[in-house]
Parts: sequence; C-alpha cells; structure tokens
Amino acid sequence: MQARALNHWFGQGEARKQALYDINLRIARGSLTVLMGPSGSGKTTLLTLLGCLREVQDGSVTLLGHELRGAAAAQNVALRRRLGFIFQAHNLHESLTATQNVVMGLQVLGRVDKDRAQAAAAHALGLLGLSDRLDYLPANLSGGQKQRVAVARALVGNPDVVLADEPTAALDKESGANVVDLLKRLGRARGTTTLMVTHDNRIVERADRVLTLEDGRIVEDRTQG
Amino acid sequence: MIGRLLQALFGRLPIGWLQLTHSRTRFAAAIAGVAFANALVFVQLGIMQSMATATLRPYAFFQADVMISAAEANALAEGGNVARQWMLQALAHPDVASGMGLFLANVSWQRDTNTLGLTTFGIDPAQPGFLAPEIAAKTGPLQVQMAGLLDRLSRGLPKDEAAGIRPQAPLSFEASGKTLTLYDTFSGGGGFGGDGYMIVSDQTFLTLFPARQSGAPDHILLRLRPGADPDRVSAELRALISDKTLRIRSYADAAQEDLTYQQTKRPTGIIFGFGVIIGVLVGLVIVYQVLSTDVADHMREYATFKAMGYGPGFFLGIVFEEALILGLSGFVPGALIGGVLLTVMGMMTTLQLAVTPGMILSVFLGTLVFSTLSGVIATRRLAAADPADLF
Ligand SMILES: Nc1ncnc2c1ncn2[C@@H]1O[C@H](COP(=O)(O)OP(=O)(O)OP(=O)(O)O)[C@@H](O)[C@H]1O
Ligand SMILES: [Mg+2]
Repeated sequence: MQARALNHWFGQGEARKQALYDINLRIARGSLTVLMGPSGSGKTTLLTLLGCLREVQDGSVTLLGHELRGAAAAQNVALRRRLGFIFQAHNLHESLTATQNVVMGLQVLGRVDKDRAQAAAAHALGLLGLSDRLDYLPANLSGGQKQRVAVARALVGNPDVVLADEPTAALDKESGANVVDLLKRLGRARGTTTLMVTHDNRIVERADRVLTLEDGRIVEDRTQG
Repeated sequence: MIGRLLQALFGRLPIGWLQLTHSRTRFAAAIAGVAFANALVFVQLGIMQSMATATLRPYAFFQADVMISAAEANALAEGGNVARQWMLQALAHPDVASGMGLFLANVSWQRDTNTLGLTTFGIDPAQPGFLAPEIAAKTGPLQVQMAGLLDRLSRGLPKDEAAGIRPQAPLSFEASGKTLTLYDTFSGGGGFGGDGYMIVSDQTFLTLFPARQSGAPDHILLRLRPGADPDRVSAELRALISDKTLRIRSYADAAQEDLTYQQTKRPTGIIFGFGVIIGVLVGLVIVYQVLSTDVADHMREYATFKAMGYGPGFFLGIVFEEALILGLSGFVPGALIGGVLLTVMGMMTTLQLAVTPGMILSVFLGTLVFSTLSGVIATRRLAAADPADLF
C-alpha cells in the first residue's frame, strides 16, 4: 500500500478546501499501522483514499499492485473484495442474522456452498467470542457484540488489507485488545496488512508503526518494536 | 421455505426476501396493495371480456362471408336501412352465390313479473344456409306466420320456462298489439344491449313492424362461391355498388370492427379500458413506493455492501428479487379476489363474467413486467449509496 504526492480537496470553487497535503507513505505487508491525529486532520479521508472508496484526485495511490488514480469502477469493485473494512458504526444489515451478515463477507468472493459458508462464518464469530449469538438479529445484540460481528464480517474472507476507522470505540477495553491481537496474529500468519485509525492507547502500544496527521500533513512517523 | 428456494435460485442469501419480510406490516400492506391492483385489473378485464363475448355472440347466429350495412350501423344489433337494390347489384358479382336481407328491431315482451327486451332478427327461412346449424335446424315452424324462436338464455327468463318451449308446446305472447307464438329456443345469451334474442321470419317481422313495409333490411348478408376471398370481393363490391356510403366488408371484419367500436368508441368500453390502466398504474405505484422506500431505508447497508466489493448487478438482483416477490405474492390473492368478485357480479347480472386462462396468463405476465419496471425505476436511487460516506 503506497501513496505518493497525494493531495485531496473537498468542495467546489470558493468552498474548495484542501484536506490532505502531499502525503508520501509506504505501508509494509503484514504490518499493523495506527493512524492518529486531532479531529478533522484528514485520517478518514486518507483511509478512504487508500481503500479505494474515494476517487484519487491528485498524486498516486497503489494498492496491492494496482494504481487507483483514474482506475475503472470494475477494478475498484474487484479490489475491494480483497479488503476488509471495519467502520466506526457496525453497519450490519438489520434483517440478517449474525451468521448471515458474516456470510455476506464471504459470498462477495463468488458462489459458495451454503454449508461451508455457514461453517466459516461460525468459525469467525467463534474467534470473536460470539459462538452463542450466531442466529441473533443485530437488534438483539449489544453494541460491542454488533461491532465484533462487523469485525468477523471483515475478516471472514481472508482479506489482504484491513482498514478500520475507530473500530474499538464501541468495544470494551478487553474486546478491543482481543481484536487487535487477532489482527496481529493474522498479519504474522497470512501477511494481512492493517491500517487503523484509533486513539486507544492500548492499541497504539501494540502497533508496529504510528502515523500522526495534523491539518492534512503527516507530522510524525514512528516505528516501534 | 421460500427463503431456501430463493437461496437456491440466486445462489446467495435471499436478501430481498429477508428485507421485505423483516417489517411484516409493511410487507402485508404491500401485498394487499398489489392484490388490490390485480383484482381491479381482473374485474375490468372480466367485464371487457364479457362485453366482447356479448358483442360477438349474435354474429354466431349467422353464416356469411360479406356483410353490407348502412353507414350508421356500427354493430350487428344496430340497424340502418339498406335498399334491396344493392343486394341485387351485389348478386351480379360473379363470386357472390346468394344474399339474404337481415331485419332488426327490438321487441318488448311484457310478462306478469317482468319485461324482456328482445333483439329480434328477421330472416328468410327459405335460406337456412345463412343460419348457424343449431338455428337452421329449427326454421320449420318459422314458415308459419307470427312464429318465433326464443333465446333460451335471455336474462330474466326462468330456465324451466325456457325449457318448456317446444314445437309441441308453443308459448304465445302479445307484442305490438299482435300475438306472437314461440315454437322453439336456441342458445343466445344476454348482452349489454338487450335481455336476449328472438328470430322470426322476414314476413312475420314486416307484419310486426308495418312501418318497415318499404322492405329495406338492416343488413345484407352475402355468401360467396367456394374459394372466393371475402376481402377481395368486398373491395370489388365497394367499387361495383353505386351507394358509396354503404359499409361493405367481410363478415369477420364486420365483427372485429364492431368489437373495436364497442371497446374504443362506446363510453362503457372506454371506462373499463381505463379501469385496466388505472389498476396497472396503482400496482406500479405501490410496488415502486415499497421498493424505493426499502432502498432508501437500506442506504447504509447497501453502501456497506458496495464497500465490501458487491457490484451493481448484486443490487439490481436484490431489487428485482423484491419486485418478483411482491408481484407474485400479490398476484395470487389478487386473482382469487378478482375471480370471486366476477363470479358474484355474474350471478347478480347474468352477464357471463369469468376469469379465463388467457386473462390469468396476461395479468400474470403484466404483473411481472410492471413489477420489474417499478424495480428498475426504484434502483435509480441506489447510485446514491456512497461507501465513502460510511466512515
Ligand atoms: N464529504 C466531505 N465534504 C466536505 N468536507 C469534508 C468531507 N469529509 C471531510 N471533510 C473535511 O476534510 C477534513 C478532514 O476530514 P476527515 O473526516 O478526514 O477528518 P478525521 O481526521 O477523520 O476527523 P475525525 O477524527 O473527526 O473523524 C475536515 O476538515 C472535514 O471537514
Ligand atoms: Mg474520521
């Protein structure tokens, strides 16, 4: 994952406002990187650009060997299937059970055998301590449980890159730490790269690298052992 | 169970089904709406169908290849004098084998309890070749003055009374101050114009209606030599016959023109035609409304699916799945309700109202087409689901 001379603006004409200034960045495969910075500093903007959810206006972003600047919609759709997104809000589908929500993360990769998909979803939910909530609808889960279902949905398809924006806000300290440990294990075992926006110190401590944004610029880049 | 079926069909979770059934009251309201629209269309189509049957019914009493009518005669049951000399001119055409004048008037049969309005045809009993076999076989008694054949399916005529009319047991009644005797019956069937039909000889007809002594019939029926094309001969007769105001066309075209006239020119036909359009529009709007609120309610979920890598086909699939479910689950109760309504209306009016297989098929296909169409319109909102807004 790489960004070169990346600038980004919001709005048109008079209201046009720059959110990111000349971002240069390389993130190694299998690492866990934390993105910090005050509110409005551009963290989410950078995350959505790197995750091909937002069109690159200026500069270049390379993701899994593909240039995103001017990329065709079909390439973006295909590339997103290799990513796992964890949003601040869980964004679960209200009419699907926990298992069905997780199956959605698998099914996007193509037609899958129903029983195999169910088993994989149950396994992912089990890793997040939700074995006894498989058939619950989101309405019947606590906020933390919903967020863990969302994590399972992001991870079940074995993504190459996980992008997360304050995913642990809804989680208690322990589940938050568990999720981060799980991501680190995946990084070592499968080379899953994680980029996470967070202010949670316990997570920052466990990260391989900490980037700090201020007013759309990277002001600190710290690698920690 | 339906969920499993859809899962197998689409090879994915039946999200449309799960989404629709998630809020049961909305789903029930949507089905009720589609069912209502379907029932409306069925009833209107049933009435139109019945009108068509009733319009075409009297054409089946006769056998002819070409029909000559007055300019103002839009229907078989609507007359206008056509002078006999035109029949003579037509008979001069080498392909015309024979001709018969057909007289037409309404006869009121004042009964003890009710009055029957009978559309009465005056025919030439000596030319049974112009009559349907059932009627041709019964022309014997018509040779007698003031004899008639009665439509046994006339509205307001008790079945057992109709069954009792036979040559051995004739029934007489007063019409226009003269006594008419019914010797036999045939199968007609009341339409929107009269209660039923009666067939008498042309002699009897002219006795009943002395004002018609000029002897000009209302229509002239022609039979052609075997192999002659009625359309070609009609065209040639139009050139041959000097009165250019006459309507000269094949018997089949005359029936079709009559039907078109009833359905597109007469107020009743137009009203029922509009009913069908309104039913279709109601269904279209209901399905669109349900689908587009459903899309609007699930914007975040759809945006999430987009972020996960689901493409446009997936979202179209969901909306089509929903459109199909709504269409089908509204169609079945709609067809049932429509059938019941038509049956009840049929019993109340003695019109022949029924749901026919053709109606079921066309309403079914129409429901699928229009549900899908609503789905297509509803998906336009999907473009607004932007995954970048999720973080
Ligand atoms: N869709 C948008 N339209 C216009 N301006 C935007 C939009 N999204 C972000 N911005 C602006 O861009 C700047 C960076 O926003 P961004 O959401 O990336 O910040 P952030 O670091 O994620 O903040 P927070 O910690 O509050 O989530 C802000 O000044 C914000 O107002
Ligand atoms: Mg943010």
